[in-house]
Amino acid sequence: MIRAEHISKSFAGREVLKDISAVFEPGKTNLIIGKSGSGKTVFLKCLVGLLDIDEGKIFYNDVQFDNLDFKAKKEIRKDMGMLFQGSALFDSMTVEENVRFPLDMFTDMSREEKSDRVNFCLERVNIVNSNHLSPAELSGGMKKRVAIARAIALKPRFLFCDEPNSGLDPKTSIVIDELIREITVELNMTTIVNTHDMNSVMENGEKIIFIEEGEKCWEGNKSEILKSDCRTLNEFVFANALAKQLKESSK
Amino acid sequence: MFRFLSGFGSYWMLLGRVFARPEKHSIYYRQTMKEFISLGLRSIGIVTIISFFMGAVLALQTAYNTENPIYPTYLIGLGTRDSIILEFSSTIVALILAGKVGSNIASEIGTMRITEQIDALELMGINSASYIILPKVVATVLFNPFLTLISIITGIMGGWIAGTAAGVITSQDYIYGIQYAFIPYYITYSLIKTVIFAFIITTVSAHQGYNVDGGSLEVGRASTKAVVYSSVTILLFNVILTQLLLS
Repeated sequence: MIRAEHISKSFAGREVLKDISAVFEPGKTNLIIGKSGSGKTVFLKCLVGLLDIDEGKIFYNDVQFDNLDFKAKKEIRKDMGMLFQGSALFDSMTVEENVRFPLDMFTDMSREEKSDRVNFCLERVNIVNSNHLSPAELSGGMKKRVAIARAIALKPRFLFCDEPNSGLDPKTSIVIDELIREITVELNMTTIVNTHDMNSVMENGEKIIFIEEGEKCWEGNKSEILKSDCRTLNEFVFANALAKQLKESSK
Repeated sequence: MFRFLSGFGSYWMLLGRVFARPEKHSIYYRQTMKEFISLGLRSIGIVTIISFFMGAVLALQTAYNTENPIYPTYLIGLGTRDSIILEFSSTIVALILAGKVGSNIASEIGTMRITEQIDALELMGINSASYIILPKVVATVLFNPFLTLISIITGIMGGWIAGTAAGVITSQDYIYGIQYAFIPYYITYSLIKTVIFAFIITTVSAHQGYNVDGGSLEVGRASTKAVVYSSVTILLFNVILTQLLLS
């Protein structure tokens, strides 16, 4: 479980996060939604410690993470996996080397054990016969899937996904969403997904937090989101023409 | 002035992280071997070509500026040798490598920064500064002295071929000249400078790349800054080292 308490963050005097508190539960896909520039990515980077918070506390299973030193944070980070917006695969490595990298760095597994684990992770994300390709040779969806394989190589307890569907077609987006949901349940991970894709919200939103201009405006789940009377949330949810039509027809 | 001090401070802080204890030595060793190829072996070609022509021009210019019967012609060999060893093979080659290797390092690390590859390393709990930069520093500091030796040899050969082909010196006189009053310490001096210049090129360029903030335009700017800052620092240290080592 991850608990964030009263998180605030500013850049050059501009307040990007304002007193956000949230609890993210294990075995669930927790979504952070909001417009572009609302502070979702900053919040996620604060949660994983890539950005220092100005105020508040972050707990990983009751261990206060934000005030730990580099060495202690490193221990918790071994339990984290992250899917970055642009996949962040290492250009100088092949697909196989990318997935094997955390195993090389943090385990004493034999070459065969590592190879088995790499192949298992790649098969789990439906990447086959691509071990020797470089990231530049992969499509956007394949890059995301390899990044997921790398993120789960060490069997993490916490998975973070920053805009996993950005730049993907609707069909591939669904595949990635399903994959994240399945892996979350399989490994009983606490998964936090940043997204503004409404299809993801309706598919995966077991717990949803809506952020608007750095403030948490609403919290609930996918069955509650359409009934909410939060004005800013409704503007976000029913922003596109199709959603508006559905809303009109349901009246 | 504030920007300079802030940049200077962040450079030393980055160095502190670069020289932290490596997480896993075998991985660092593998990375260092890759950098030997990328930053060292792949620089041999350009160093050889430039040194050859540099030596050729030096020999011809020495010949045309000492066209006087009171100067023995073997001075052409001697002048070429000393100019190459003392200055050209260490400083000029370092300036050329600042352009080639420095821009390569800054753009590679800058791209890693903007594509979140550095964040990915940090998230895994890896000291990204050490993992990315330390192998480059080790590779250049160990390999660049070999580049200097290659430069000295090809430069002197270039002078010999150009001098004899142009008919300004006989082969015998040139060989006598390059052996005349040879001071072995000059080689040591040249290699010491090379090691320090290699350190400057790698760390200054890596600092520029590591602190890129923005997009591809900033990567280009960082790459340019890396070349300019490392070249200026090399020239400054050239003066200091010459005074310290030759006085």
